[in-house]
Amino acid sequence: MSHSALDSGTAAEGSKSAIDPEPGQPQGVTGQPPRKPRRSFLPYGLILPAAILEILIHIGPMLLGIWIAFISLTQLNLTNWLNAPFVGLQNFVNGLNPESTIGQAFFSTVGRTLGYTILVVGFSWILGMAGAVFLSSNFKGRAILRTFFLVPYALPAYVGTIAWAFMFNQRDGAVNQILVDTFHLFGDERPFWLLGQNSFGAMIVVNIWQLWPFAFLMLMAALQNVPNEVYEAAAIDGATLWQQFRTITLPMVRPANGVLLMVMSLWTFNQFNIPFVLFGASSPKEATLVSPLIYQNSFGSWNFGLGGAMSVLLLIALFIASVFYIRMVLPKGADND
Amino acid sequence: MIETRNFRILRNVVLTILSLWVAIPLYVVVSTSLKPLKDVAGLFQWIPRQITASPYLDIWTTVPLAKYFQNSLIITVCATLCSVTVAVLAAYSIARLQFKGKRAFSLTVLSTQMFPGILFLLPLYLIFTQIRNLTGLQLQGSYLGLIITYMTFTLPFAIWMLSGYFASIPKELEEASMIDGTGRMGALIRVILPVAKPGIIAVAVYSFISAWGEVLFASVLTNEATKTLSLGLKAYASESDVFWNQLMAASVVVSLPVLIGFILVQKHLVAGLSAGAVK
Repeated sequence: MSHSALDSGTAAEGSKSAIDPEPGQPQGVTGQPPRKPRRSFLPYGLILPAAILEILIHIGPMLLGIWIAFISLTQLNLTNWLNAPFVGLQNFVNGLNPESTIGQAFFSTVGRTLGYTILVVGFSWILGMAGAVFLSSNFKGRAILRTFFLVPYALPAYVGTIAWAFMFNQRDGAVNQILVDTFHLFGDERPFWLLGQNSFGAMIVVNIWQLWPFAFLMLMAALQNVPNEVYEAAAIDGATLWQQFRTITLPMVRPANGVLLMVMSLWTFNQFNIPFVLFGASSPKEATLVSPLIYQNSFGSWNFGLGGAMSVLLLIALFIASVFYIRMVLPKGADND
Repeated sequence: MIETRNFRILRNVVLTILSLWVAIPLYVVVSTSLKPLKDVAGLFQWIPRQITASPYLDIWTTVPLAKYFQNSLIITVCATLCSVTVAVLAAYSIARLQFKGKRAFSLTVLSTQMFPGILFLLPLYLIFTQIRNLTGLQLQGSYLGLIITYMTFTLPFAIWMLSGYFASIPKELEEASMIDGTGRMGALIRVILPVAKPGIIAVAVYSFISAWGEVLFASVLTNEATKTLSLGLKAYASESDVFWNQLMAASVVVSLPVLIGFILVQKHLVAGLSAGAVK
């Protein structure tokens, strides 16, 4: 479909353009009076492939996922799932009763995952901020370090995890060599890092290693806009480094921070890859996160209804979070068209 | 910040710690990949007693690594190309055209980004089963199933980033082209795409990295013939033995394509991310 420039009704669209002097007003580039916008199928044609994929792979499965929580789906009727019997709220009653062992496991897993998320995101942010602040000044080797710091993020996620698994794995591994042999921690005991309570800490370390470069990347992009003169002025006024950081750097990254923390929290809360590579299909119970728990229930013990009921709860929680997320991501005013 | 002496000392200390933190696991991978198997067991040796390239030769025969490599390459390249194409069209529509339901569409796409893969895994498996029962089209254990899954999962971020990027391109550029009679699609291809190259490259790299490292869907939607690298590497660990040196050598080999690609386009990635994502 071809549009001429005379078609100024459609030519002046896109209220987000930075140079658009009067959003929504026809610009009349050729000086002709603006025509009434013509009904066009072009916008729909352009989003059609994306819409089909979204419906087939995202929306459809999400709705079906809700349905699964209300039927009795077993290994036997898995290939003939359309005929699985409807059981109402039975799956929720069985799985999410806080009195039962399964229910307790679910709720303590949610709590553990929240704690995990706070620790991983918190430390990743601090490391990312440290890297961004000190790499925003010019010095020799800056460009190389910047690329180097991004390597853990660019590596396939499972490669980073395999590396750490090897370092944690044996009692004689690299981690124990550094901590026990070099720094003489733990009273020269050699802890097993991938068992019991320790495995939770080990998983956090691996996740921070992989996630912090993303915080670094985003914060560095945000800091690029701070002119050095601002710091110079503050230094002349006698502000210490810490004061400069608190009063100049932190406020400057605030707009980027909301989105950054939100995205990192979601990724971390939904983490599956790291425990899957580190522990296999079933994590130690002290280190089980929400996604692996649902996976274990569905594909480990073939209890699809239970997995489904947990998924629905998760869906509701994330939906509420997503409302906040979208408000943060969409710039004010850009969402009313 | 201002470079006082204290600042410089602090900077050196912090950057040294961060560099070690990044470098140690990488060093462990590379050094282990160059050791004979007998030197890998027992106390970890920071300085290899003996260096050998044999793990890099053995990896191809211990497991069918070349086959996994081929599978990953086909799936990832197809998913990346399709995802970028679909995202460019949708993002252009959102950034430049006015239509009913635009807000609903953008919100839906954005919000699906929030939900973890695990919520989609079983339902997707069931839908693929149903499609096979109805049409005979095999989506489990085939390239096609994983390609459409991966491309869809990278779409929300890609569309969001590209529409931000497109919106920041002055409209006069396109209008001039449309006056020359190229039409809207012509303007998109000849004017917008070249200008938006950094953003498009950033999105492509993001899609490639995501698909190349994906584990969850690959674990359910592949079979022995279509297994990807992310699962294939497990084969170096048998019940009794883990060939750590070969596992590390294979890790280096599978990381190289993404790492080289990443370093080559790194500047574009940073520029694209900061233009599209950080507002």
